[in-house]
Amino acid sequence: MKLKGRVSKFGANVNTDIIIPARYLNISEPGELARHCMEDIDPEFPSKIEPGDIIVATTNFGCGSSREHAPLAIKACGISCVIAQSFARIFFRNAINIGLPLLECAEAVKETETGDILEVDLSCGEINNVSKHKTFMASSYPEFMLGIINAGGLVEYTKNRLQGR
Amino acid sequence: MATLAEKILAPHCGKKQVKPGEFINAKVDLVLANDITAPLAIKEFQRLGVGKVFDPAKVVMVPDHFCPNKDIQSAEQAKFMREFAKEQKVIYFEVGRMGIEHVLLPEQGLVLPCQVIVGADSHTCTYGALGAFATGMGSTDIAVAMTTGEIWMKVPPTIKFIYHGKLPKWVSGKDLILYTIGNIGVDGALYSVMEFSGEAIDELSMDGRFTMANMAIEAGAKAGIFNVDEKTKKYVEEHGNRLYSTYQSDKDAEYANIIEYDMSKIEPQVAFPHIPSNTKPISQVGEVKLDQVVIGSCTNGRLDDLRIAAKLFQGKQVHSELRCIIIPGSQKVYLEALREGLIEIFIEAGAVVSTPTCGPCLGGYMGVLAAGERCLSTTNRNFVGRMGSPQSEVYLANPAVAAASAILGKIANPEEIPG
Repeated sequence: MKLKGRVSKFGANVNTDIIIPARYLNISEPGELARHCMEDIDPEFPSKIEPGDIIVATTNFGCGSSREHAPLAIKACGISCVIAQSFARIFFRNAINIGLPLLECAEAVKETETGDILEVDLSCGEINNVSKHKTFMASSYPEFMLGIINAGGLVEYTKNRLQGR
Repeated sequence: MATLAEKILAPHCGKKQVKPGEFINAKVDLVLANDITAPLAIKEFQRLGVGKVFDPAKVVMVPDHFCPNKDIQSAEQAKFMREFAKEQKVIYFEVGRMGIEHVLLPEQGLVLPCQVIVGADSHTCTYGALGAFATGMGSTDIAVAMTTGEIWMKVPPTIKFIYHGKLPKWVSGKDLILYTIGNIGVDGALYSVMEFSGEAIDELSMDGRFTMANMAIEAGAKAGIFNVDEKTKKYVEEHGNRLYSTYQSDKDAEYANIIEYDMSKIEPQVAFPHIPSNTKPISQVGEVKLDQVVIGSCTNGRLDDLRIAAKLFQGKQVHSELRCIIIPGSQKVYLEALREGLIEIFIEAGAVVSTPTCGPCLGGYMGVLAAGERCLSTTNRNFVGRMGSPQSEVYLANPAVAAASAILGKIANPEEIPG
């Protein structure tokens, strides 16, 4: 699957309270959550995003709480994938489980700025910075996780597993 | 030659031993969700189509984050969870019998050493204080665990932390963990298990250990864990007293890293905004005026925490320009604090005492901050907007520093309060 979008770049330790403030956790509808995504550091964020846009961040993206509302809000904003140097572990699981693609690639993060256009080939992990004419390779997923991704998320993966029993 | 975490995980996936990096499907002994994470988990559970939880006696739901209901939407979420809990006959604690989940579950005897516990709350790692392998996950993972009784996991490497020396006065588990996070950073233990040991840990009360394990997630860890000792055994005997297995890390276990600290000269720590690793010893804090102090939460809402705060508040008054909000972590903690006369001390000092709730810790209610306000809190996170306005500030510290600060109206060393 190929994605193409404009980059919004963030720094280190973007936490889940930033991604979706807890005061909105009395709702769980993704579209509603998306309206408040990144609100406390950039209130204009949801309105700036075009479908397909890509978040690029440095280390420990998604640290903090276990709220699945965080990747749900990002996905419902129209973000097609997140590329970071590293991800916090609960966020990483949540994103994979709900079908928000994540890629780890320190070099791509280093050489990408807000406004750049990226093309991402999820099947092989190739990241092409169209604006800067540079290509990078993200770390590949372990086979086990590819199973979840290819099934379309953890619920579908588990359904298949239960049917196979 | 295995660590405690590896020894717990191996039998849970039917293996003699497991190695870091290996993917396993582990059987879970307890699955937890709360009023903000359960609604999503229940919807995913319904999509799975099985219709019944794997074992109602191993699924717990606690209305604690926005409960007693803070608004109509929170009430709807709590109602949705309550109805599911009733229908599935899972373990459920109603308002009036509940507590903040990570204070409540150990106290109710639901947590045992060497169990595998998953919860849709990042502070599920608290149960590592009892030697359990406990980790936070999202709602979809929890839906699968509720359905199948299993969860996939990558076996994490373990980092061993050894705390040497005798802890100085006013230094508690909170200071050890804040100091550690200040040292290794908020991703210093990313994907790893933090194993806490050393003389300072042997001396630490169970409540102090709960505080430390609770904040392992603030260093990015998957779990924070303590080997079982006499204190653990006594706690389990006094809370439920069920049978359990025990393992210990082998002396020649392989650790990803071993980090040693001398704790004999450490001071109480304060984490400045807006990240828990931004720590300073209390002597280097300077003049920081406060608008609010919060004492409570899954980190520091236990009886030991309230006792130490009461000791400082005895015969003193909360500063006239500051609000002090004290939240016992459970109904049991509340009642014991009442019987010991602690609540009377707090109210006479001019503090608010609230029913158990996560409330202000995550900016829900019961102490939300306005723009420009500063709060010192015994909670676990001080991110931008965590307690309310994105223009507010949160400082993290132990209950003694919190009480001293409430009395003096600014961040203060407990030493400054005449006894």
